[in-house]
Amino acid sequence: MDFKFSTEEETFQNDVNGFLKQELPSDWTGETAYASSDDGWNFNLKMKKKLAEKGWLTLGWPKEYGGMEASIMSQVLFNEQMAYNRAPGIDIWGIKMLAPTLMVHGTEEQKQRFLPPVANGEVQWCQGYSEPGSGSDLASLQTRAEVDGDEYVVNGTKIWTSNGHRADWIILLARTDTDAPKHRGITMLLVDMKTPGISVNPIVNMAGMHEFNQVFFDNVRVPKRNLVGEENRGWYVGATLLDFERSGVQYSAEARRTIDDLVGFIKDNPSSNFDLSGREHLRNRLADMAIETEVSRMISYNIGFMQSQGFVPNKEASICKSFSTEMEQRVAETGMHILGLYGQLTSDSKWAPLRGRIERTFLRHHSATLASGTSEIQRNIIATRGLGLPRA
Amino acid sequence: MDLGFDEVQMLLKNSAREVLEQECPITLVRAMEEDERGFTSELWQNMAELGWLGLSIPEQYGGQGMSFFDLAILLEETGRFLVPGPFFSTVVLSSSILTEYGTESQKSEILPKIANGDLIATVAITEPSATYESNGIQLTATKDGSNYVLNGTKLFVNDAQIADIILVVAKTDDKGDESNGFTVFIVDKNTSGMTITPLDTIASDKQAEIVFESVSISEENVLGEVGKGWDIAKRVIDLGSSAKCIEMLGGADRVLEMTVEYVKDRTQFGRPIGSFQAIQHHCANMATDVEGCRYVAYHAVWRISEGLEAQKEISIAKAWVSDAYRRVCAIGHQSHGAIGFTKEYDLQLYTRRAKAQELAFGDSSYHREIVAQQLGI
Ligand SMILES: Cc1cc2nc3c(=O)[nH]c(=O)nc-3n(C[C@H](O)[C@H](O)[C@H](O)COP(=O)(O)OP(=O)(O)OC[C@H]3O[C@@H](n4cnc5c(N)ncnc54)[C@H](O)[C@@H]3O)c2cc1C
Repeated sequence: MDFKFSTEEETFQNDVNGFLKQELPSDWTGETAYASSDDGWNFNLKMKKKLAEKGWLTLGWPKEYGGMEASIMSQVLFNEQMAYNRAPGIDIWGIKMLAPTLMVHGTEEQKQRFLPPVANGEVQWCQGYSEPGSGSDLASLQTRAEVDGDEYVVNGTKIWTSNGHRADWIILLARTDTDAPKHRGITMLLVDMKTPGISVNPIVNMAGMHEFNQVFFDNVRVPKRNLVGEENRGWYVGATLLDFERSGVQYSAEARRTIDDLVGFIKDNPSSNFDLSGREHLRNRLADMAIETEVSRMISYNIGFMQSQGFVPNKEASICKSFSTEMEQRVAETGMHILGLYGQLTSDSKWAPLRGRIERTFLRHHSATLASGTSEIQRNIIATRGLGLPRA
Repeated sequence: MDLGFDEVQMLLKNSAREVLEQECPITLVRAMEEDERGFTSELWQNMAELGWLGLSIPEQYGGQGMSFFDLAILLEETGRFLVPGPFFSTVVLSSSILTEYGTESQKSEILPKIANGDLIATVAITEPSATYESNGIQLTATKDGSNYVLNGTKLFVNDAQIADIILVVAKTDDKGDESNGFTVFIVDKNTSGMTITPLDTIASDKQAEIVFESVSISEENVLGEVGKGWDIAKRVIDLGSSAKCIEMLGGADRVLEMTVEYVKDRTQFGRPIGSFQAIQHHCANMATDVEGCRYVAYHAVWRISEGLEAQKEISIAKAWVSDAYRRVCAIGHQSHGAIGFTKEYDLQLYTRRAKAQELAFGDSSYHREIVAQQLGI
């Protein structure tokens, strides 16, 4: 065993760090909810362009698609640095979801058409999977796509579509065969968000931010050439996400940043009521969080390592997702405890410590254990696929 | 032992629920979050007519003369319905300590007005030091003839924006301690030298900063004795923390109820999600937490109401309920999926308030420390 990164990887990590130091404003505390304000979004677009110029958007892509074919570990390090710095600029749907799917299932024409704009940071994608009636049970989805000549006609609604109000294109799963078993009648379509018949309704989350949406499809016509893979095989096409790193390292990086912010804040305010000396309970709690964060980070590194050895992480990714997102919630909660009465102040308040970031993180992290597979579903996967227990 | 409510108490509880179902719909709760004053005169007058504002005020001052325990029963319902407005500040805190510590003329002047809904009051203890310990009080009151002059800042004062009078805890003796260094003043909102600035908070409740610059208060407006103010402040913290527990219990119970309703209804994989063991365990854990809240909370309130020593019970209750309610909300969110994360769904109204309630009158860390001290460790 050897926990050291290669010199190459370390150099790269420093490059990324240096770049982010230079590009992010000096007082940058990070705005992870950048889709909710125009300023945030514009900054995200600017960063995206710069990352594209560096070639870092396509770090993991094969050379034939203009990528850098960087090692899995370098990708892990890159994502870790980005998350720690709360840097915007990555369109995860375009880069990590659409691209690998097209590389495996796309036609030559689709690759030519869709991959370069993603690599250059010119488009924004979103994911149209969940529906009001289909969350964890995604395969029960009802949005219909019916063939009419050279086109599909789409009717139905998608919900919780992150960045739907900012996106140019949507990766859509729709039902094309209503008689087939539920997994076998689903098709993946790529849909231009400007197509007539699409409307996007904002949904404001409990932290008061507009990040996700409900998207309605009313006789939306989609050319057949935007079909990915085979008709009715969309469920399996959609499951092709395995090519790039899936370490989940961003969770521990985000949590580590929150802890570092808190520690910095405590040190900057000696002998104030944020001083933890003599408050064993909170000191222990913060120490626990630092310990858990390191545990999570190691789980992630191992996933990266497995992938770099050609293994497909499965229960490991689910373990990482459930443990780390629940840990993130505990970290936010600990921060709120440490800030005491000040913790309840929102970012607008002149009295708000760390510009209200802990308060916002606390509220936003209620969704961490839900989005991209709930904790319960992750545990089901660990138990059944991982441990071989019978399915419910 | 009898852990039930008697007939009068049941009547109070049931009628409170009926009234609030009618008069305090969630649309009102939401509107009041956006409202500057945070309450409607209509609901306030209604509560006055029902006798709620004077519930624990003695009859000779226009109240109902009921006990602190009875008041708590009402609070479980106001907590459940998220009743907006200064009920807690005015009735639970201010009217209680005015009754206990006020002079005859203060009581006959103020209490009837509280009971009939004409006067809103609040208590200002905390400062930028953000602690409920006496060493956090820096606001000074200096004697000047027959007046006192107040200088300093109060922070996290509930309902200060709308209060007619504010009961301010000040330091009157620089070298004094809890037994002789603090005094409480009854400060009229129109006194010059006060600047009140609202705070933006997680619960969108109406808290404020109050800056006192040479605010002159007549010695007639001292509450209780000069130098003995920390006893009053301590009493406010005791009443406040135990009563908060009951309010939180009402909210937690409603969150459990909402969640159980939802998981029975929501179908995934062809069956209600409430049929999955994972969700059943979540609900079981919530029910366990709520049950735990109920009896520690009522025990603390009961001891206060009976005039028994209650410090340990109060702190056990506030430490437990603060953590338990937050857990209940968190599991509630988890069981709801994404819909519970939206602003439109009602769950978040409880979650955001649970955090503010957890912080009020000492969070779990603060009270756990007191429990440890009570244990002699
Ligand atoms: C912030 C955020 C962003 C999102 N972004 C997107 C997006 O961009 N695109 C998109 O398509 N979707 C998105 N989603 C949707 C997300 O994928 C779903 O929320 C998730 O799949 C859960 O579905 P649900 O919310 O309908 O909850 P439900 O599936 O209704 O689950 C409710 C509860 O039941 C439990 N449950 C369900 N089935 C089982 C079972 N078999 N065993 C045990 N427990 C079970 C769940 O774990 C959960 O606790 C987002 C969600 C959030 C919160």
